[in-house]
Amino acid sequence: MDYAPARWHRSERKLAEAGEPFAYTPENQAKFDENVKRYPTDQRKSAILYALYLVQQQQGYITGAGMRHVAQQIGCSAADVEDVVSYYTMFYTKPVGKYVLNVCRTLSCALLGAERVTEQLGAKLGIKPGQTTADGVFTLIEVECLGACDRAPVVMVNDDWHERLAPEQCGKFVDEIRAKGRAAFSGCHLHVEKGKAG
Amino acid sequence: MAFEPVLTNHVGEKLSYTLDFYIAKARGYEGLRKALSQKPNDIIEQVKASGLRGRGGAGFPTGLKWQFVLKDTPKPKYIACNADESEPGTFKDHVLMERNPHLLIEGCAISCYAIGAKVAYIYIRGEFYHVQEILERAIDEAYKAGHLGKNIYGSGFDCDVYMHRGAGAYEAGEETALIESLEGKRAQPRIKPPFPAVAGLYQCPTAVNNVETLCNVPPIVLNGPEWFVGLGPEKNGGPKLYCISGHVKRPGVYEASMHTTLRELIYGDQFAQGMLDGRKFKAIIPGGSSVPILLDQHLDTPASFDHIQKAGSLLGSAGLIVMDDSVCMVWLAMNLLHFYRHESCGKCTPCREGGDWLYKLLMRVEAGEGQMKDIDLLFGVANNIVGKTLCAFGDAAATPVLTTLNLFRHEFEAHIKEGRCTLPAPWRAQHPVMAH
Repeated sequence: MDYAPARWHRSERKLAEAGEPFAYTPENQAKFDENVKRYPTDQRKSAILYALYLVQQQQGYITGAGMRHVAQQIGCSAADVEDVVSYYTMFYTKPVGKYVLNVCRTLSCALLGAERVTEQLGAKLGIKPGQTTADGVFTLIEVECLGACDRAPVVMVNDDWHERLAPEQCGKFVDEIRAKGRAAFSGCHLHVEKGKAG
Repeated sequence: MAFEPVLTNHVGEKLSYTLDFYIAKARGYEGLRKALSQKPNDIIEQVKASGLRGRGGAGFPTGLKWQFVLKDTPKPKYIACNADESEPGTFKDHVLMERNPHLLIEGCAISCYAIGAKVAYIYIRGEFYHVQEILERAIDEAYKAGHLGKNIYGSGFDCDVYMHRGAGAYEAGEETALIESLEGKRAQPRIKPPFPAVAGLYQCPTAVNNVETLCNVPPIVLNGPEWFVGLGPEKNGGPKLYCISGHVKRPGVYEASMHTTLRELIYGDQFAQGMLDGRKFKAIIPGGSSVPILLDQHLDTPASFDHIQKAGSLLGSAGLIVMDDSVCMVWLAMNLLHFYRHESCGKCTPCREGGDWLYKLLMRVEAGEGQMKDIDLLFGVANNIVGKTLCAFGDAAATPVLTTLNLFRHEFEAHIKEGRCTLPAPWRAQHPVMAH
């Protein structure tokens, strides 16, 4: 085996693309102005994660222009914003598909077949983890523990959850998302109220 | 005497997350009313007397933590609730917040009153979007009904509870990293001292408590510390939530007293009901992925902080991961090191670089391309992380390697001798995807 291939070199720093000029829609501006009130008036920076989520909701991913806009809103430098964006895994700096399949790969899910779920989803979609399908519908990502280990293997699709996805069901699962959209997801089991929850 | 669940008594019932349900069925907000009729210091004394220990992982006495919060200061004080539940194998706070959010809100309000804070932030992990919706709605309900806000119940006490959404960082579960993240920075730990009790959020005195810890506060105020002490073994009182996952028939969150043994939790009818597909038990990680592995001979240990520690591991966050005999321990260490390597915040070199090298070494051994000297190298790298980092993450990252090497060294050697993985279980990938 190759001991230190280039893909392990972690110091590559890629700047986010500058992107189109960006500004919040009036609704998002109102949401931000409301959220920032939760923090002391001299601590606007606490709202930075919320501000970035709004950018991501509005344009799908976070561009350099989006970061500059957040910097203006918060009153900090654009470098401060990039510092935060590049740290947290839930912010995308590249376009992603309409459905982002986040497969949990950590121990409890892996014990029940998460590795094979990734494999099957990748085979069905013809992509590797980290890639997006050519039609821009699906992105496949492997993520670390999602905190629902009792319902392994778990897949988070955008903000929705799908639990107990057996490797054999993966092909059907993808077809169902294409056909039914969000209705294909099982959601979190706790939403289903039946008898005593385990 | 049968154990009656306290925190999760109603979680399976319809609309258990609504305020009406909480008031009608669970003596909702009675604890807060009772607390507001007493002096703040009395509440701290009661929590101290109850011996409540932090449920997030360290097991530090909560009352003591509150007592350390600086009193004589003109600065505001804060409660930061740690709902960044990311420890692999742990999902108890998930259940509590989703099915019983008002208990947490009441716990936050009482804690604020006890330490003299006016604001509590609930730092919830970004992935729990469905939980966030429920929590936000519950907070709105509580404000409208006057359980939060200005001059609660005419007592003159003001309290605000806000939710703060994280964005995917395991490290944000460390208390100073959580504070950094709340301040809008990267979630990286601070140098201690000063501890958060002196200079925490915005450099003000702050108490950082886990969700389950705060949820235990209202019942303590309502039922008294003696009741709480009586529920468990000495110094390990109160109800405890256990998250059981892995190769068991009925994984889930179970509430029990800390008298309950690991064997009961795995095989008990009211708990996980035994091994999946009748397979043989091999090992258990009793407290989330950061703690040493226990074996069959330890299963009769009561699952309390002190007993588990005596057995050579830690109760941690009580995330029990059960493994059957199809699990390759080299693969297990590799899987967990992939996690730690990815989640290391990168502040301290031993953890950032060491985790990466441990993962590479494990990958080499797992692929059957290792050499005998790699075993010593693994020990060497792991031991050079332990105790050399700002937070406990470094120790946690080295633990899976050290514990598997100590208990299952023969599996590492077999991999190296045979030049392949000796236990390629059917649930593993046919074509493993390498580091990316």
